[in-house]
Parts: sequence; structure tokens; C-alpha cells
Amino acid sequence: MSLLEVKNVSFSYEKNKTTIKGVSFSVEKGEFVAIIGHNGSGKSTLAKLLNGLLKPSGGEIIVGGYSSKDKSALFEIRKRVGMVFQNPDNQLIASIVEDDIAFGPENLGIPREEIGERIDFALRSVGMEKFRKASPERLSGGQKQRIAIAGVLALKPHILVLDESTAMLDPQGRKEIAEVVDDLRKQGVAVIAITHYMDEAVKADKILVLDRGEIAISGTPKEVFSQKERLGELGLELPLAGIIAEKLCARGVNVGGVVSETELTEALWKLL
Amino acid sequence: MRDLSFGSYFPAISFVHKMDARAKILIAVAYMVAVFLVTAFHFLGFGACLLFVLIATIAAKVPFKLVLKSIKTIIFFVVFSAVLQLFFNKSGTVVFWVITDVGLLNAGFIIARIILIVLGASLLTLTTSPVELADGIEGILYPLKWIKFPVHEFALIMSIALRFIPTLIDETDRIIKAQKARGADFESGNIFKRAKALIPVLIPLLISSFRRADELADAMDSRCYAGSKNRTKYKKMHFTLRDLLGVILVAGLIVGIVFLNNFYLLSELATIAGAL
Ligand SMILES: Nc1ncnc2c1ncn2[C@@H]1O[C@H](COP(=O)(O)OP(=O)(O)OP(=O)(O)O)[C@@H](O)[C@H]1O
Ligand SMILES: [Mg+2]
Repeated sequence: MSLLEVKNVSFSYEKNKTTIKGVSFSVEKGEFVAIIGHNGSGKSTLAKLLNGLLKPSGGEIIVGGYSSKDKSALFEIRKRVGMVFQNPDNQLIASIVEDDIAFGPENLGIPREEIGERIDFALRSVGMEKFRKASPERLSGGQKQRIAIAGVLALKPHILVLDESTAMLDPQGRKEIAEVVDDLRKQGVAVIAITHYMDEAVKADKILVLDRGEIAISGTPKEVFSQKERLGELGLELPLAGIIAEKLCARGVNVGGVVSETELTEALWKLL
Repeated sequence: MRDLSFGSYFPAISFVHKMDARAKILIAVAYMVAVFLVTAFHFLGFGACLLFVLIATIAAKVPFKLVLKSIKTIIFFVVFSAVLQLFFNKSGTVVFWVITDVGLLNAGFIIARIILIVLGASLLTLTTSPVELADGIEGILYPLKWIKFPVHEFALIMSIALRFIPTLIDETDRIIKAQKARGADFESGNIFKRAKALIPVLIPLLISSFRRADELADAMDSRCYAGSKNRTKYKKMHFTLRDLLGVILVAGLIVGIVFLNNFYLLSELATIAGAL
């Protein structure tokens, strides 16, 4: 059974204007799924549907056997699908790191001793053990976002949804988050990352390209980024390695079909 | 603006930091009551209050400078109330222009009162994190649950408000700079002009606060927040000997001041009796 199954889901904020139309996909254990698409294509709306912040008007979302149709299952779904948003400042509710991370487990009614263990676990997962008693105000953007992730990890989710969680960070901060994501996947946590950075998306196992609320293209990064024209129509471009490969191809270097950095280095090595 | 001291926490490991938040809040309130109770032998009474704050500051390992800084933020208010007293108090004899000796004395008392109260309040927030503060208030208000007062929600709202103060100050700074870059002028003109110049700051601030509130609500929902039902608390509060000592000290302060007040009454009675 998949961790998450999205079955023909639709949603509209207003009558006679559907924002999400018949979206279906599934996410497996430890899988990394990237969702890309132009502004207003419905990515954030889709994310909010995944953990029940919004309720599908059509179709169904199944998380660990619990259906979005079942009202009493809302908590079970939210426990399993953790959400991290763009601005860390608007997600931290307490003025001390450990108190903030305790917020989720407290909500679940977990006994005090175990909350302490969960804080340890969550801080370790994001490499912020030293900041347990710190005040988030004094942390860098990347560190704040790692605390926000830790706050969600304390709920021990099976799936982590990152809605443009690196958009406000500098390259260093983005790197920090990418490392955390890699670690989590090794522990079997599935990650769904919504992003405008193609270089992030290219590392995914699977990419969903959203256009006006529908999945326009889906597949492996290679499959998706080989459709350059189609992507252009959808207002998207290739990752940097893909652009370089394309330019090299035009100059007669045979590195066709390459989209990611590792592939590009490999292809270039072979040519040497 | 960032290091606005009033209302911000100074992390340290000290006697006062370790005290139970509920006790600290009650002691702070009692202390303020004590300050207001001073109606006779002002110098002795205010001196005792000041001594109390000094002892607390030392026990809290908070730099004096930080505590004093809190006065800076209310200096306008202090001056304003003092000036009111100076110019509008008509009792006593005139010492200079319209200023009377009683007005002068009262102005001094008001300044002392406000400063002492702010010192106490800022010491409380310097040594008690917003979360502890909110938990403490929740603990104190807990009995109100009987009359269906939403104690938990009230405490949460407060702690979130406190948590967002620095964020909003940063944001205000940013908006002011952005408006200055567009040619806005906040420094010249009379007070009305300057107040009006703040409108283009307050409106973006308000709008962005609503957006923040929306996002915060989503983040809280995502972390399974559902009110106080079935909720546990990570930090538990304990009333210890430390707290008892604090309570005894502040009780001593109040008793002392009440004694001073009545001592005055008693001596007055004695003089009246003597005159008879
Ligand atoms: N609360 C709301 N009420 C009404 N319409 C909304 C609401 N939120 C979003 N929309 C609309 O739904 C559509 C999809 O918005 P959404 O935020 O999901 O897009 P997005 O892909 O996340 O965009 P971005 O890349 O800018 O984050 C947009 O047309 C938007 O105007
Ligand atoms: Mg979005």
C-alpha cells in the first residue's frame, strides 16, 4: 500500500472555478516527489489538500488507510502528513526552540518524558541539537526553517510536505535543507517538495508538473525535462545542468538527454 | 529598535529565572500594589521598593543596564505625567511661575511610581520567557475555567502575541525604510503631520499581520492543534522554596509600607490628641 494516494481529487475555492482538477498520484515510502508549476497553478492548494487543511470537493485522498472523506480521521492524516511552509517566522509559535518543537507532541497528548525524547530526536534529525534553549529570533533563515521542520518531525510524520520551504533562503540555507531532506529519506520519510528551483526538482524520484490545477506532465526528472518545448509552454525552464548540456549539444558535444548535475559530469567524463 | 528591552526575555540561569512563573507573576503584582500603597513617608516607601527591585535584579543576574533601558521606552509617558502635575496642581505655595511645591513633590512621586512599576514589570519579562509567562497566567487563571472562561486560549493568544513582537518590530523597520526610499518624510512637521506620515506604515503592517495570522493558523492546524482538550504540557511548574522566599519578601514589603502609612496616621492622631 502506498503511503499516500491521491485519487481524482478536485477542489474549488469559489463556485464555478475549479482550482484543482482531477489530480491523481501516489507516494511511496522514502520517495522524493517534486511538484513544479507556474505561479497560481495550484501547488499550495494541492499541498493543503494533502493534510486536510482543505477538503477535496471531489475525489479522495488516502493516507495510511485513512480517507479524507472520514471527518474523524483528520488528526490521523495530519499526524502522518507534516507541512512546512515558506516563511519560518510565521510557523514558529514559541520563543524558545524546545517549546516550539513541543507544541505538536503536546497537541497529541503525549506524556512529558516522551515529548523530551521527541524533541531530542527532532533536533538531531535537523542537526540543531545545540540550539535547544535558543530563541528562534536570533537564528539564521536556514536554521529557523530547520527548527520549523523539527517542529513537524516531532509528530513523527511519514510524509513531509515542503511548500516552497527554501524560497526565502540563501544558497547556504537551501543546502542545509537539502541535507536534512536527504537524511529523512534514508529514514524512510517520504518528501513532497513544492519548488521553483529546477535544480532541486531534478533530484527527485518523480516530478509532477502542475498547470491550471491539472497534472500536465509527470514522470522521472529525465522524462519531464526531456520535454523542453512543453515545459516552455507551461512557463518553466530546464535545470542548470540541462541548459548546459543543451548548449554543449548545440556545439557538437554529445551529451544529449542529460538533465542532472551528476549525469552531466558522468557524460563529460565518458567523453574525456 | 531591535533590542527593545521592555517585554523581551534575557536568558540566564539564576535564582529568579528558576522561580515558578505563577509565583513570579503574583509577586510582581503584589510589588506593584506595594508601590501604589506608598502614601506616606514616600522616600522610605519608595526606597524599600527600589531595594526590592535591586535585590531581585542581582538575584536574577540581569545586567542593570538592561533593566534601566526599559525606562527609556516610557520616558515620554513619565515626562508627560510629571508635566501635568507640575502645571495643573494648584495646591501648596507657588515656588516658580505656576509651579507649586506640592506640584513639584507630586511630580516627583509620580515619576518614582511609574519608574518603579516599569522596573518591576520589565524584570518580570526579562526573567520569564513568554511561554512561561503565558503558562503562569494560565495557571493563575485556571480557577476561572469554572465559569467557562477560555483560559488556555487566552494564554496561547498572549504567548503568540509576545512571540511576534520582535518580528513585527523588524517588519515596521523594514516598511519605514521602504517608505523612506520612496520619499516619505517621518521627521519633519508638527505632531499631526508626523502621525499622518505613519499611515503608510501602519496599513502595510496591518495587511501583512493578517497574512501572517493566516499562515500561522495553517501551521498550527498542521501540527494537530485542537484547543486544550487532551493536551499535555511539556513544562510543568513547581512551587519551591525559592518561590516561598520571594513571597515572604514581597509580603514583608507590603506589610512595611502599610505600617508606614498607619504610622503616619497614628502619629497624626497622637498630635491631634496632644493638641487637645
Ligand atoms: N484562499 C483563497 N481563496 C480564493 N482563491 C485562492 C485562495 N488561495 C489561492 N487561490 C487561488 O487559487 C489558485 C491557485 O493558488 P495556489 O496558491 O495554490 O498557487 P501556487 O501554485 O501555490 O502559486 P505560487 O507559485 O505563487 O505559490 C490561484 O489562482 C489563487 O488565486
Ligand atoms: Mg504557493
